Amino acid sequence: MKWRVRLLPDKTEIPFLRWRKSLFAISATLAIISVALLSSKGLNFGIDFEGGILIEVGTEEPAKIGEMRSALGELGLGEVSLQEFGSDTEVLIRIERQADDAADQAAITAVRAALDSKYVGELSYRRTERVGAKVGAELIQAGAIAMVLAIALMLLYIWFRFELPFAIGAIIALVHDVLLTIGMFALFGLEFNLAIVAAILLIVGYSMNDTVVVYDRVRENLRKYKKMPLVDLLNLSVNDTLSRTVMTSLTTLLALGALLIFGGEVIRDFTIAMIWGVLVGTYSSIFVAGSVLVYINPGKGTNMTKTSFGGAERTAKLDGAVQDEAVQRFAALPDLGEENAEASETEVTEVSPDAELTGSRARRRATSSRERRNKRRRKKRR
Amino acid sequence: MLRIRLWQVIVVVLVCAAAALFAVPNLFSQNSLGNSYPDWLPSQQVNLGLDLQGGSHLLLEVEVAKVMEERIDAMVDDARTALRGEKIGYTGLKRRGEMVVLQLTKLNFLEKARKLLEDLDREAIVVSSDDGAFQVTLSEAAVAERKNSALSQSIEIIRRRIDETGVSEPTIQRQGDDRILVQLPGLQDPERLKRLLGKTAKMTFHLVDQSVSDTDVARGRLPPGTMRLPSDDEIDEAGNPRYYPIRKRIMVSGDSLVDSQPTFQDNQAVVSFRFDASGAKKFGRVTQENVGRPFAIVLDGRVISAPVIREAILGGSGIISGTFNTQSARDLALLLRAGALPAPMTILEERTVGPDLGADSVEAGKIACLIGLVAVIVFMLLYYGLFGIVADIALVLNLIIIFGLLSILQATLTLPGIAGIVLTIGMAVDANVLIYERIREELKSGRSPFSAMEAGYKRAFTTILDSNLTTLIAAVILYIFGSGPVQGFAVTLGIGIVTSMFTAMLVSRFILVWWLKRYRPKTLPL
Repeated sequence: MKWRVRLLPDKTEIPFLRWRKSLFAISATLAIISVALLSSKGLNFGIDFEGGILIEVGTEEPAKIGEMRSALGELGLGEVSLQEFGSDTEVLIRIERQADDAADQAAITAVRAALDSKYVGELSYRRTERVGAKVGAELIQAGAIAMVLAIALMLLYIWFRFELPFAIGAIIALVHDVLLTIGMFALFGLEFNLAIVAAILLIVGYSMNDTVVVYDRVRENLRKYKKMPLVDLLNLSVNDTLSRTVMTSLTTLLALGALLIFGGEVIRDFTIAMIWGVLVGTYSSIFVAGSVLVYINPGKGTNMTKTSFGGAERTAKLDGAVQDEAVQRFAALPDLGEENAEASETEVTEVSPDAELTGSRARRRATSSRERRNKRRRKKRR
Repeated sequence: MLRIRLWQVIVVVLVCAAAALFAVPNLFSQNSLGNSYPDWLPSQQVNLGLDLQGGSHLLLEVEVAKVMEERIDAMVDDARTALRGEKIGYTGLKRRGEMVVLQLTKLNFLEKARKLLEDLDREAIVVSSDDGAFQVTLSEAAVAERKNSALSQSIEIIRRRIDETGVSEPTIQRQGDDRILVQLPGLQDPERLKRLLGKTAKMTFHLVDQSVSDTDVARGRLPPGTMRLPSDDEIDEAGNPRYYPIRKRIMVSGDSLVDSQPTFQDNQAVVSFRFDASGAKKFGRVTQENVGRPFAIVLDGRVISAPVIREAILGGSGIISGTFNTQSARDLALLLRAGALPAPMTILEERTVGPDLGADSVEAGKIACLIGLVAVIVFMLLYYGLFGIVADIALVLNLIIIFGLLSILQATLTLPGIAGIVLTIGMAVDANVLIYERIREELKSGRSPFSAMEAGYKRAFTTILDSNLTTLIAAVILYIFGSGPVQGFAVTLGIGIVTSMFTAMLVSRFILVWWLKRYRPKTLPL
């Protein structure tokens, strides 16, 4: 099929890990810049966290923002900002938090009265949002807890499914992604609100998803190539999964691109956050997540890391044993016909995911279950 | 992995068919569903959040502490009366936080005083020390019970007030110990409702203290038992409200009102009211005894009007005249009918979306969804060819199942929820991509199509599980900690992850295996 698109050659051998020092330097610099931006410039908190009032009005004619601004400025409500929102007939009005909830209410009433009397019947109120100080503080707290909890749970999950070095590597990649995303918000002064926290949590999930795919391959290759130096092995794993990583990121970006262009103004920042997060997440799972494993395993960088990846090594042995066993079984079987042969063949090549079983137990288990199955099969044939 | 049992296929087909059945109503307008859609089919549509259908979301906080303060204040008054009645000397009797404190001047009445104080309330806990200091509190259970009932009562009053305004299908939910979440779908302008909800509407009738001169009122020099209350509408030249000297004693309380209506008197909007039997009796007696004296009608600490009683009002009904316009008379009548809140209430959070914006968002979401879908479908087709078509079928089924599930669960679809669906479109193919890339690799290592498929599915499975579970963790946490719209995002994302695993591991596998067995290709077009 000639018409089909090929993004990457079938087999890539890109030496990602050779560049790891400079890439780490870039990533670390970006992360540090993000932290610096965060502490110096800070985030442009939306009313969800800061408290305050947001009113979106629609006008029939292109809105006269200057005129509106001066009309609202006379109300003495403190800082009032107006900006076009998506089109020239939509205006977003932001009013800083007033002394208390009652004053906030009064401010909304005053703004509406001022606008209604000036533009009789020409305005529609598309959206009014007001968050009091108390709720804002609670939302900040809930957001922070959610973020920390999400990262902690993922760490636990990776730790449980893989091994500690993988978990640490994944968390480094994750924190990197989150920092860079928040840094981007600080840099461009984009509004940081509840939806953005949701986007960051999604990025956390997405980045982890990508990282897990790479690590899954690292784990598999550790079993497969016991003699390969770690750096080469990591590089191979990243290359193995490269096409998948790129593909999934592309389809996700395609969908998000549609959302960015057609999804409307209200969720634009949310979409930008997600797009950026996917980009950063993809970058980190290709360039950071794999490479970082080299450093988490200090001193054994080029060795096969028998000590720290002990579990993997055990599994490798176990797989070999199972495989041998199965081959013998397979050889001993009478001619099974095509379909059964297929099934047996897969058993031969099966890589057991049970990392924690001891060799003999697993072998016994594998053997007995195979015997049962084979018995069934023979019966069936009769 | 290549062995597929008939029951598996049946289950998957049934699931897909059921999902489609529940998803289909979403394609029709509400109107045509009501008229021409067959009755026996499910016709529930996805529940749109307030940000999509327009409406108002208000988070209210009831100051339940005020209820306790009032109760303790009343206990202070009772304690004063009781101790005075028994001629027991005391100093420093007052409320401190949620307790009554006092100090006996002589220690010989310790036991008697304790007895009196314990009688203040059935749940009173009296702590005394040997030097005659007393602290009276209410038991924790009693405090909790009072706060709880204050909140339930508030919810009831709010419901009545909202029902009176004619807003349809309001949701009024208790949140935590002192909050009430009010959701009003379709409400375009919540200003009036907010005004109505923000009023305690506690109405009382008092006598005006005529013994106090205006200058004394202005300086705040008042005899005990009299308080200074501002007028609701009378303002002097300096813009300050006029103050009235009002006797603290409540002659008749608004609790005894049974009805209240806006009406007109001499072309002026007024509010009529009617008392229940006991209220009418009380009101009759008070007016009879005080003909010719001014009588203040106090609402939420402001004097609405203080007319002079011309004659005894024995029928139990009367009229409040102030400077009302039609709207404010209607609002006051409504508030009096619905009853007073047990404690003041503040609006902590408001989110109102007009119907225009909601409709715009739905429209934008639909377009984004469709274009995203088409883009991904075309891309997958170009990249994977035949296998891409299978992935695309899985993707479309995936969307159908998502909408079916949303309809069945009656989960609320919000704007971020739509974003979640669009995102799912992009991410759902991931499972298939993982499988295909794996199959490709297995093919490269020289396997036959059959064995490559088998190995591809098998090996990709754990990866898919591991990687999707991490995103699922994020979705669950979002659901737990998020509010409103963000929860909607978590719901669609979570459902999308599960359904994409379902379609990739089952639907696309079934199709490919069927194709493989049917055509037995020598090479796979991957």
